[in-house]
Formats: sequence, structure tokens, C-alpha cells
Amino acid sequence: MDDRSAYPEAGKSNLPVFTMDYLRIQIPFEITLWVLLASFAKIGFNVYHKITVWVPETCLLISIGLIVGGIMHSVHEEPPAVLSSNVFFLYMLPPIVLDSGYFLPTRPFFENVGTVLWFAVVGTLWNSIGIGMSLFAICQIEAFGLQDLNLQENLLFATIISAVDPVAVLSVFEDVSVNEQLYIVVFGECLFNDAVTVVLYNMFSFVADMPVVEPVDVFLGVARFFVVGLGGMGFGILFGFVAAFTTRFTSKVREIEPLFIFMYSYLAYLVAELFAISSIMAIVTCALTMKYYVEENVSQRSCTTIRHVVKMLGSMSETLIFFFLGVVTITTDHEWNWAYILFTLLFAFVWRGLGVLVLTQIINPFRTIPFNMKDQFGLAYGGLRGAISFALAFTLPDTIGRKPLFVTATIVIILFTVFVQGISIRPLIEFINVRRTNRNLDTINVEIHCRLMEHTIAGIEDLCGQWSHFYWKDKFMKFNNRILRRILIRDSRAESSIVALYKKLELQNAMEILDTVSGDISAAPSIVSLNEEKKTSAKPKRKFLAADLRNMHNILSKNMYKIRQRTVAFTGKHSLPNDTHSREILIRRHASIRRSLRPGSFQTSVVPKSHKYFSLPAGKSLDSNFLPPEQLSHLDAQETMSEVAFPSRRSRFGKPTRSSSKAMMPLRRLDTLKEAPSVDALDKDRPEDGRTRPGMSRINSSYSDSRVPASRRHFSSSSENDNEEEQPQLSSPPPGWAAEPSDSSTQNPLLRRPQWNPKKM
Amino acid sequence: MGSRASTLLREEEIEEIKKETGFSHSQITRLYSRFTSLDKGENGTLSREDFQRIPELAINPLGDRIINAFFPEGEDQVNFRGFMRTLAHFRPIEDNEKNKNATTSEPLNSRTNKLLFAFRLYDLDRDDKISRDELLQVLRMMVGVNISDEQLGSIADRTIQEADTNGDNSISFNEFIKVLEKVDVEQKMSIRFLH
Repeated sequence: MDDRSAYPEAGKSNLPVFTMDYLRIQIPFEITLWVLLASFAKIGFNVYHKITVWVPETCLLISIGLIVGGIMHSVHEEPPAVLSSNVFFLYMLPPIVLDSGYFLPTRPFFENVGTVLWFAVVGTLWNSIGIGMSLFAICQIEAFGLQDLNLQENLLFATIISAVDPVAVLSVFEDVSVNEQLYIVVFGECLFNDAVTVVLYNMFSFVADMPVVEPVDVFLGVARFFVVGLGGMGFGILFGFVAAFTTRFTSKVREIEPLFIFMYSYLAYLVAELFAISSIMAIVTCALTMKYYVEENVSQRSCTTIRHVVKMLGSMSETLIFFFLGVVTITTDHEWNWAYILFTLLFAFVWRGLGVLVLTQIINPFRTIPFNMKDQFGLAYGGLRGAISFALAFTLPDTIGRKPLFVTATIVIILFTVFVQGISIRPLIEFINVRRTNRNLDTINVEIHCRLMEHTIAGIEDLCGQWSHFYWKDKFMKFNNRILRRILIRDSRAESSIVALYKKLELQNAMEILDTVSGDISAAPSIVSLNEEKKTSAKPKRKFLAADLRNMHNILSKNMYKIRQRTVAFTGKHSLPNDTHSREILIRRHASIRRSLRPGSFQTSVVPKSHKYFSLPAGKSLDSNFLPPEQLSHLDAQETMSEVAFPSRRSRFGKPTRSSSKAMMPLRRLDTLKEAPSVDALDKDRPEDGRTRPGMSRINSSYSDSRVPASRRHFSSSSENDNEEEQPQLSSPPPGWAAEPSDSSTQNPLLRRPQWNPKKM
Repeated sequence: MGSRASTLLREEEIEEIKKETGFSHSQITRLYSRFTSLDKGENGTLSREDFQRIPELAINPLGDRIINAFFPEGEDQVNFRGFMRTLAHFRPIEDNEKNKNATTSEPLNSRTNKLLFAFRLYDLDRDDKISRDELLQVLRMMVGVNISDEQLGSIADRTIQEADTNGDNSISFNEFIKVLEKVDVEQKMSIRFLH
């Protein structure tokens, strides 16, 4: 901008009141504007929800980008060179990959790691070589005028377009909500095929200059693949451990804790780029490794901050990438060749389908849950290409003669897969699903009992540990507990108490919310109705109209908990993990456990709600051991000692914020409650500690465990004497809810629990 | 994995379990290693807490009931035999077994026994009837918080109405079997045990 107008004519030099200096701020200003523009577009789509149901956001973003690109082209402005330079690989890609890696559901991932790697490595190889060869064959046909493309160039191009892109895939799959096995395999494949892509890309671009390929080069390529892949993972793990170790000491500098996460991951990425090894794998493995230990060391607030910032950066990057994809589509120089482009599309599709088919056949016998045809279709159809292909195409060396052709073809493929496949995948999957399930609407009985059976089967399968290779996991867990945790986690001894304390805190809060929201649920409708039913024996039979029946079917189908389809649905890309159903179930179990411990509550027909808020005889000595004096006032003198444990714990947590400030350490353990259960493999399967799993019962069991690890023995010893006083006074197993917790063994641990003292922190 | 486990489980026991439940040798050893990995106290039995430690069971709406099904009346510990006996209900019915009706007692994984398992998930007090409240309890466990008690009550009433043939306002086991006669229970209540 010309700011000379602000100045008066030469000769006079008054103080300028108002000046402008655009050049100085140009770059950050434009960046901010672009980001804002893309974000406005995102707000815009979400305002009108119906669009995003049918059209994935990525398509919309690209469309807006196309429009903006058109505008810019018509005014002959050049868009910022975002996708065609280092900016993409160094600034825009890492946040997305970090987002993907950080929220990768670890347990399903490790359960499927073989399949993931199989598809990533062999699948990408298959696709690249297949597409490359076929295109080369097409080029031989004279009519298309493509003779000058030699084999190496074709292979190079094929490598670029066979790389399935995590960004595109995730955005689309999230809307479709496929089952988690499928999701994790596609997702994992996207993340890990980077290693193969990098190697092939380097190899072919190196070789594209050379007229002749020697076997030595192929062998070197294979060796390089291992270097790239394993090196990437190695760096990732290394940086992950270093980050975990660092956070062990950050208790005094809570404010900058999140910074370490980001810096270390980014460092892993950059160092991998330095050595030209797979940076995506490095950052993903870094995030995976780091997450587990860091979330234990870091404060609750930092943990939340990290998650939110990771999501925010990832989301922003993704938005920008797709936006710019649209913009740059218009403004680049294109070279169009019908034959090449159409055949590319065809071959990409065909080879992916074939590849999935063949590879699944080979890997299915090794899988605990084989892929059926529907899954295979999802796998094949869900292989979208995205911005990575585009950036790779752009950074092709200019020595390749037909570079614009390649760029154009890449863009066409990307747009085709994102638009056509992205939009149609959802109806197709729903169509297939609908066709497969038998909608048996005759009787309510069938619906209910079938659901019961499905839940039972899911439960039994979990019980048998059907799909966990638990041998290796047990081994790793032992190694983890004995060595790694000691080194990397700040205070792995006391965490159990704090963790459990915090978990209860959360549960209690959640329960309170639940209670206020839904009235009588925890007041055991069954118990109330039990008494009522006994009184009103002769109820006239009600007439149910067909409309009632339909309503019932609707209600049931909408509200019955879904079966754990092997595992719960994966966490959506644009939201933090959510597990309201699990929490409801856990809360109910907690309520039922509590209720079952309350003696005599089943004999009385009235179940006052206030019982939930516990009571303890004020004068009992047991309390004073457990409770800080200020909270004894919460207790009233009606209940018996058997409620000590729960009530005391409950009333203690009347002030969540205060406790949280006291209990500084493994607070984020709470998030495991909020997360979908499949998030942390390592978290869950630590039966020895028995503390990190969500669920009250586990809190119970961890304390009822008489073989409690040495770390907690000091808790139990002091309460031994107390246990004799309280004997469960339940006359019979309550006919109400879960019958189990009524046995005496759970009494003791509950009583043992209040030993820890939040003040200790 | 297998070798460590099978040294603790004697061959005769494996044979007995095989005869009683129909599992194969490798399935039994695999399940035994699962049993031992759940058995934290290493005393050869599982208590309810051991089951409750499994994360997915805690968020299964019927988790507690399923766990309860492993424990015989009034007992708190289950040994490996009992564990396998309960799991045997879920073995798929093989074709050669369908034709075998010469055995004196029904195999544990027969259709009737599978249905009995499901029935017992409702019928906690073992009076061989699913009363309205037992049904309500299970329904409440299986649905979310958005259904009011009245709605659930009517669903339960309708359920009983559909099934109840003798007018006692509860579902007996035979009525239960009848209601599910068209359902492929053999497939629904079976899991593929790994070798």
C-alpha cells in the first residue's frame, strides 16, 4: 500500500497522524486472514447441519477453495504457495498427524498392528507397482501420445497417487461411523504407508533420471525401507520417552507442560525429516508412546489443554489444507490428457480393490476377527487420496518432462476420490448394512431378548479375551510396570490412591448430574415397583394398539445400548472422545453397588433419595480417621457403618475444585473415564495395579484385592482393625440390581479406601 | 503361553473338561491361560472382583449379571471347571452334534441350555419365572436414561403380554422358549473360541 499519501508534500514534514505500513505485517496478516476465512467456511457449514450429513466437510472446503481460487485467478493474484513448498510438509502436515496419532485408539491399534502394517506396506507396494505398470502399458499405446513417459516416471507417479491419505479418510469415515476394526485398519494404513511412500518416492525419483535400473538398486531400496520405517519408529519412541521423562520433573512449571508435548513431537518430526526417514511415522509413534506416560505425570489442566490444542491445531491444519487444495486447483498450470487421466482413475480404483481383496484373503486367517465382504468394501472404497499426494506431486523434480500432467492427474484423482467416493460412501455403507441386518419387527420380546443375548455374547467374548494377544501384552505390561513406569512416571506409588480418589470424585459429580436430570433412576424403579407390584396383584390387562407397538419398537431401537461391536465406535475426528453410554452404565452400577451395601434398604418400601447423600454416625471413630473434620458435618446419624466407605468418600468430594487443587498428580486419570474405553490399551490392562480402569467395580476390586501390591499395603494395614466391626447386614442378596457386591469381601476394601488422605498431596 | 499354563493343568483334568464341555484340547489350554491371567491371587479360583477387573465388562450393561452367571448359588469363588462349564454354553453347535441325540444328558451348548442361560440372566431369584420387575430391571439396564419409567413399564407389560400364555403375568421358561422359537439362538448365543 502506498503510504505516501499520508505524508504531506515534500518540504513540509509534520508529524503524520495516521500511517499505514502494510508490507511490514503482510505475511502474518495474510496467514491470519486465510485461516480466518477457512474457519468461517467451517462455521458456515456447521450452521446448516443437513449439508454436513450428506457431504463431508472436506468436499465443502474444497468447493469453497475452488470458488476463492476462481476469484483469485480472475484478478490475477497468486495464492500463497502453501501446498507446493516446504510450508506444507513442515508446518501444515505435522499438526494433523499429531492429532491423528495422539487420539489413535491404542488398544485396537495394537491388536491389529499386524494387519495395519500388512496393508500399509504390502498394500502400498502392490498399488504402486500395479498402477505404475498398467499406466506404463497404456503409455505404450501410440494413440495417446504418451510415449515419453518411461517406466520409472510412471512408477513414481503411481507411488504418489497410491498413498492413501489420513486426512481425507478420517474426515469421511467419521461421518460414516464404521466399525472400529475397519477404522483402525484404514487409519493405521494411512499413517504407516508413509514409510513405503517415502522410500518408493525417493527410489523412483532417484532412478527416474537413470536410464537403467539395476537389481542392486532394488535391493538398496528394500534396505532403505527398513531404515526409513524402523528409523521413523525408533526416533518416535525415543522422543516419546524423553518427553515422558521430562514431564516427570515439571510439577513446578505446570503452565508450560503442554509445550513439552508439542515441542518434542515436532522435534521428532523435524529430526526425521532431517534424515529423510518417515517423519509421519516418527511423530505418530512419538505421540503414541508419549501419551500414556505423560498423561500420568501432567496435571489435569495441562492434560485438557494438550488435548484441546492438539485437536485445534489438527483441525485448523486440515481445514487449511483442503481449502488450499481447492484454491490451488484453479491457479496451477494444467496439462490435460484424457487417456492418461481416465486410465489413472480406473487403475487406481481397480488396483485398490484387487489389492484389498487379495490381501484380506491372505491376512484373514491370522486375524481374530476376519474381515467380511462389507468390511472389505469399506476398506477398498475408503481409500481416499488427499493433500499429501498433491504436495508430493508438486515437489516432483522439474527434470520430469511431463510434470504438469502428473500434477493435473493427481488433482483429478484427489478430487474424484474425495468428492465421489467421499459423498457416496455413506449411503453405500448404509445400504449394505441395511441389507444385511434382518429387521425383525414382529415382537418386542424378540427385540429385547435378542439384544440381551448380544450383550451377553459381547460380555463373554470380552471375558475370554478373545481378541487380545494377551500374552505379549502381559509381558509388556510387566516390563512396563517394573521398569518403564519407575523411570518415566513421577510418583507411581501414590497415584493409585489419588487416581481412584479422583475417579470417584468424577463419578460422584456425574452421578449428581444424572440424579438431578433424571429423577428417580437411581432410586431403583425396580425396588419401588417391586413393592407396588406386590400390592397390586390383579392388574387389568392393558390393551396395546399397533401405534403403541410401533412406538415401543422405536423407543427400544433408539434407546437400547448398542452392542460393543467388537469395540466401541471410534472417537470422532472433530471431537474429543465421548462415552456417555459407558458412564451411564458405570454410574448405574455404582448406584446399585451402593444400594446393595445399604442394609435394610430393601426391606423398607420407601427409598428416600437423600440416602444417596450419605450419612455417617457423627461420633464414630472410624470417621475421624477418614474424614477431615470439616466434612463430618455433612453426615447425619442414621446409617450404619457399612456405608462408611461410600458415604465418606462421597461427602468428601463435595468440593471438587478444592480436591483437584490438592491432588495434583495423576489427575488426568480421570480422563480415562471420559474417554471411550478403547483409548488406552496400556491403561486398561494393568490388573496388578487395578486402578486405572474406569468403573466403580474396579475401584472396589482394586481394594478388595487382598494381594494388593506392596505399594498399597500401608493403606490396608491400618484399617484391618476396622474391618471386624462392620459386618454386612444384608439379609439376602437384594433382589434389585446387581447381586454381586453384596458379599462381604467388598465391604472391606470399601472401608479400607478412605485411608488415603488428600491432604497428603 | 501355552506351555506355562498346561503344566499347571493336568492332562486328566483336561480330558474331563473335554468330555463335559466339548471344548478341544487347545481351546481348554488357551482358556486356562486366560483364567490364570485373570486370577490375580493365584489361588486357582476366580472371585467376582477378578471378573470386574475386566474393563469391557464394566461398561457392558449386563456385566454384573453375566459375572453372576458364573457363580453357582451362593458361592463366591469359581474354579476352572465351573468357569469352563459356564463358557461351554457358548460353544457353537456343530453339525455332528445336532444329529447326536443319543446322549443321555443334553450337551451344555444345546439350544435349550443356551436359552436357559439367557433366561437365568433375567430370573435372579431362580423361581423359573421372569416377573414384571425382573424384566423391568433388565430393561432398565439395557436402555439409556431417556426413557421414562412409564414408558419402560408399558414396554415390560407388552413383553409379558406377548409371551404369557397361562395368565400368571410372568414369563415361564417354556413361554420364553416359545417366544424365541423363530430366532436363531444357536448362532446368536455362540462365540467362536480361538484355538
